[in-house]
Amino acid sequence: MTEVSHEPAPKTRGNFDHVLYVLRANPVTLIAFGMFALLIFSAVFGPSLVPYDPLATKAANALQPPSATHWFGTDNVGRDVFSRVIVATRLDLSISVAAVALSFVVGSILGCIAGYWGGWPDIILNRFLDTIMAFPLFVLAMGIVAALGNTIENIIYATAIINMPFYARLVRAEVNIRRDAGFARAAKLAGNSDIRVLAMHIFPNALPPMMVQVSLNLGWAILNAAGLSFIGLGVSPPTAEWGIMVAEGANFIVSGEWWLAVFPGLWLMIAVFTFNLLGDGLRDIVDPRKRT
Amino acid sequence: MSMMLSVKDLAVSFQTRRGEVDAVRGISFEVAKGEILGIVGESGSGKSVTSYALMRILDAGGVIKAGEAIYSGIDLRRAAERDMRDIRGREISMIFQNPRAALNPIRKVGHQIEDVLRHHARATRYDARAKAIAALEAVKIKDAEARYDAYPFELSGGMCQRIVCAIALACDPRLLIADEPTTGLDITTQKAVMDLVRDLIREREMSSILITHDLGLAAQYCDRILVMKDGVIVEQGDPVQIFSDPQHPYSRKLVDATPRAGETVRSLLPPQERGEDLTPTVSAQPILEVHDLTKTYTGKSGPVHAVKGISFTINQGQCVGLVGESGCGKSTTSEILVRLMDAISGQIIFDGHDIARVPARSFAKDSRRADIQMVFQDATDSLNPRHTARQTISEPLRRLAQMRGAKLAVRIEELAVLVGLPLPLLDRFPHQLSGGQKARVGIARAIALDPKFLILDEPTAALDVSIQAVVLNLLVDLRAKLGLSYLFVSHDLHVVRLLCDHVIVMKDGEIVEQGAAEQVMSNPQSDYTKALLAAAPKPPQRRNIS
Amino acid sequence: MLASSPRLRATLLRVAQSIPVVIGVVIISFLLTRALPGDPAVYFAGVAADTVSIEQTRVAMGLDKPLVQQFFIYVGNLLQGDLGQSLSSGRSVAADLAKRLPASLELTLSALILAIVIAVPLGVLAATRPGTWVDHLCRVVVTAGVSLPTFFTGILLIYIFYYLLGIAPSPLGRLDFIYLDPDHVTGFYLIDAALMGDWETWRGAAKQLILPATTLALFTLAPIARMTRAAMLTALSSDFIRTARAAGLSNRTILYRYAFRNALLPVVTTLGMVFSFALGANVLVEKVFAWPGIGSYAVEALVVSDYAAVQGFVLAMALLFVALNLVIDLLYTAIDPRIGFSSK
Repeated sequence: MTEVSHEPAPKTRGNFDHVLYVLRANPVTLIAFGMFALLIFSAVFGPSLVPYDPLATKAANALQPPSATHWFGTDNVGRDVFSRVIVATRLDLSISVAAVALSFVVGSILGCIAGYWGGWPDIILNRFLDTIMAFPLFVLAMGIVAALGNTIENIIYATAIINMPFYARLVRAEVNIRRDAGFARAAKLAGNSDIRVLAMHIFPNALPPMMVQVSLNLGWAILNAAGLSFIGLGVSPPTAEWGIMVAEGANFIVSGEWWLAVFPGLWLMIAVFTFNLLGDGLRDIVDPRKRT
Repeated sequence: MSMMLSVKDLAVSFQTRRGEVDAVRGISFEVAKGEILGIVGESGSGKSVTSYALMRILDAGGVIKAGEAIYSGIDLRRAAERDMRDIRGREISMIFQNPRAALNPIRKVGHQIEDVLRHHARATRYDARAKAIAALEAVKIKDAEARYDAYPFELSGGMCQRIVCAIALACDPRLLIADEPTTGLDITTQKAVMDLVRDLIREREMSSILITHDLGLAAQYCDRILVMKDGVIVEQGDPVQIFSDPQHPYSRKLVDATPRAGETVRSLLPPQERGEDLTPTVSAQPILEVHDLTKTYTGKSGPVHAVKGISFTINQGQCVGLVGESGCGKSTTSEILVRLMDAISGQIIFDGHDIARVPARSFAKDSRRADIQMVFQDATDSLNPRHTARQTISEPLRRLAQMRGAKLAVRIEELAVLVGLPLPLLDRFPHQLSGGQKARVGIARAIALDPKFLILDEPTAALDVSIQAVVLNLLVDLRAKLGLSYLFVSHDLHVVRLLCDHVIVMKDGEIVEQGAAEQVMSNPQSDYTKALLAAAPKPPQRRNIS
Repeated sequence: MLASSPRLRATLLRVAQSIPVVIGVVIISFLLTRALPGDPAVYFAGVAADTVSIEQTRVAMGLDKPLVQQFFIYVGNLLQGDLGQSLSSGRSVAADLAKRLPASLELTLSALILAIVIAVPLGVLAATRPGTWVDHLCRVVVTAGVSLPTFFTGILLIYIFYYLLGIAPSPLGRLDFIYLDPDHVTGFYLIDAALMGDWETWRGAAKQLILPATTLALFTLAPIARMTRAAMLTALSSDFIRTARAAGLSNRTILYRYAFRNALLPVVTTLGMVFSFALGANVLVEKVFAWPGIGSYAVEALVVSDYAAVQGFVLAMALLFVALNLVIDLLYTAIDPRIGFSSK
């Protein structure tokens, strides 16, 4: 009566083995994780390891091109561009991680409620999201920061608000698809209340597609924060932040001193690029179907 | 005698991430003029790949490695792509399963037929419309002129399949390949489509290849049958011949596993795998009484009366079949009975108490939750992709029986043995399990808490027929061993006849007939039941019953 | 008419759906103007105001009245086209915006047309020729495109093409001062100059437009190319394409009449999102290139804390965007015959 399975039983991997497998399977993922590790390292240890104080000015040394002593050159008040670029990593990453975490949590909760129970919560949520998304998002962020005040916290809140609709919509759709799936109904038959079914059975299955969104959003959030700083919102000098450094450096590029703007901009690009590449890798780690 | 199509040593392989996979390994067959040839096999047999290879529409990565396929003097394998484009649609046509998806969703069906006519120069801009309407009439579509302007989403599944046939036959091809054309369609629609296809083929003196997993269907409509397994042909011959005296062990297995009248559940399996004959004890005490159950939804165009006041009784130890086509209300009924959904009115007396009074939302906490369980359809969807088999089976035990640790592990292994699931498979994820294995996990989960009553919602619908045989036997064994009562929901009349003592036939939310299974099946009273029975394919009786 | 009435219904429904959105936008814009930390009157009176003028501003703007009443005054003003006074220019915000809007529109529309003309064929080719250089190019464009900070690209382009290569003109606005503005018909310099037959001015305007439009286009290329490629891939692997192939239809017919038209639908849906990004990136590009549009207007207003101007800008942009989305959705309704019907 027992079925003979024709393939040898595969070794089911533990969680750590699976992460290693994903990294090995796709070289792009490996590179992305490597770059991500570098970024985290710069953010955590950067400020203690950089050669110069990012805020130390030295007028005599202003506008020096990149050299052995100043790898990225110096800016118009003599500060070392390299140190500032590395130190800025911590600020930019913290802003984007905080904003994305906030929007992920709030968006997921709202999306779960709307996707599972439908009815009035769904209608209200949809109208609310429509209203947020009725604004060009960057413009809304400008408006919020302008209204609430020019601080870093407000950049985080503004970025979180404009990112929230993506999660809410995604979670709502994923929950809606799985609401009547066999395993969700089986979970209820097993004695789980609605909330338990939602939180423990349905939502975890929505995670893989969300991972891609999370990584994209981390990239956007950095671009957003940098963009707001570029136009003078949020971060004020002399803080080291990529956007504001590009803004300050822009004045000098027409006279040929390119290093003030190019290096921070390049680092900004690399950070965003890393997060975008990370998306597929993260999804593969979280997706049980990728386990062999 | 010239053959319409002559295939010799055809081999097809695919490049996949795991290396080269041989889908077809050297098959040879012929199709005579005017003949309907059936290719029967289970999933992975290579039957569909064969047809795609003949038409040269294999997916990227697929290549014909060897052999030849001579049609009208042309080797289809070596013909230039331009010549193949000529042949496709004009000489050899193909229809597929899932007809609505097979049509361009944003293009009028009339225009889709015109595209084919004009491409093969069978119509000009001026007469294309008239010819398209004629093509629609040829597939017996009433009101062809009005239907010309319709979009696929406005038409039913059966109508869409007719349109697909119209497109395929518009240019009067000589050979029609039909790849599982009735999968997913209701039985009565299935019969209508197959009768239409057969009539058109005979009318036009065409040849046809019918590809299907349903041996009974092939036997009913084909002149000759090929049985394929793992890329090779294991047997070919006349349907009656194959059914009465299958030569190859695999075809014997398939024939045995095909449910039909006069057989028993045990005889679905090869003799060496059969268990002993068990007689389940059916008592006269009811375990479930349904009185006047009603359910109405608010649909987009007014209220939908899904269930219109039905009543029936299931006795302890009984297996009752609930039969009907899609939209009849059987799924809604089973969801209400298992308390996942609330009825508008009516009583459900389970073990003496009306459980309809407990709202579905709070039934998870009710003391009777463990007594009524369900085995779900579509095994892929019914298992949480993130949980191993062990976690899936342990869920009800954790939640309702509060089992943990060693006690839980022991119980899980007990259940695995009971359903015939090899213990190493317990730690696999659903995507690593086969269809039959997933079905066993679903059953183990359902019986974990020792329920009294199980609702089985089309548990074998997605399974290959040989796996279905095994699962059905498992269900029979469990019922006898554990003293369960079943409500078996299905659209497959033959299966219901084999398994059930009692049968209920539903249509449009109402019960049109109920009674002892043998009685209803052999002597139906209502017209609808008669139509259903007439539509179900009737495999030939076997002469040697071992 | 009978057949199209569900579609007509769906169309009207979509138009009607814009109304609550507009109301929501107005409410939020209003709240933004009143959410300022501290005393709004101080902000609106300006930096140089003393207690008296602050009081005057407070009364003039009705800031002493209850919030709900303020809202109705706000809406009343809006309906009359009054968005308040700009502190820096002294004129009404509405007039300022109207004057500068054509510049932004010319920039955004040129960029979008440029982006679509490149991205859509790129996406189609990448989908039909997977694994070739086109496919890889598309993937690079998409991944790089979503990573590029618009303001940085603009600056980089200026550095390369203006400073290093000397090809591009100095990034100082729409038209070099040696040219006269063309007579105002649409406000779009390219159209107005062409209407006048003044090809000198036309070339001058075009030269100034190239770099900023390219910058903005680079940014919007990525999502359009990505969506086109994904939509084509989905369409090409659909069952109905298999039917078309089995019927022997030519590759061109299958590609364009069957696959591409179906792929267009999700691409059109994406355009809304792309517009949102474009309007946002517009602000940054205008600052980099000193383009006299509403984006740079808002940025200048931010610097001098001219809140009325900023809020007016936010509201105007939002309403513009709502209108754009409505057009896109109506376009979608026109293309997809399934709208308004529930599928069986």
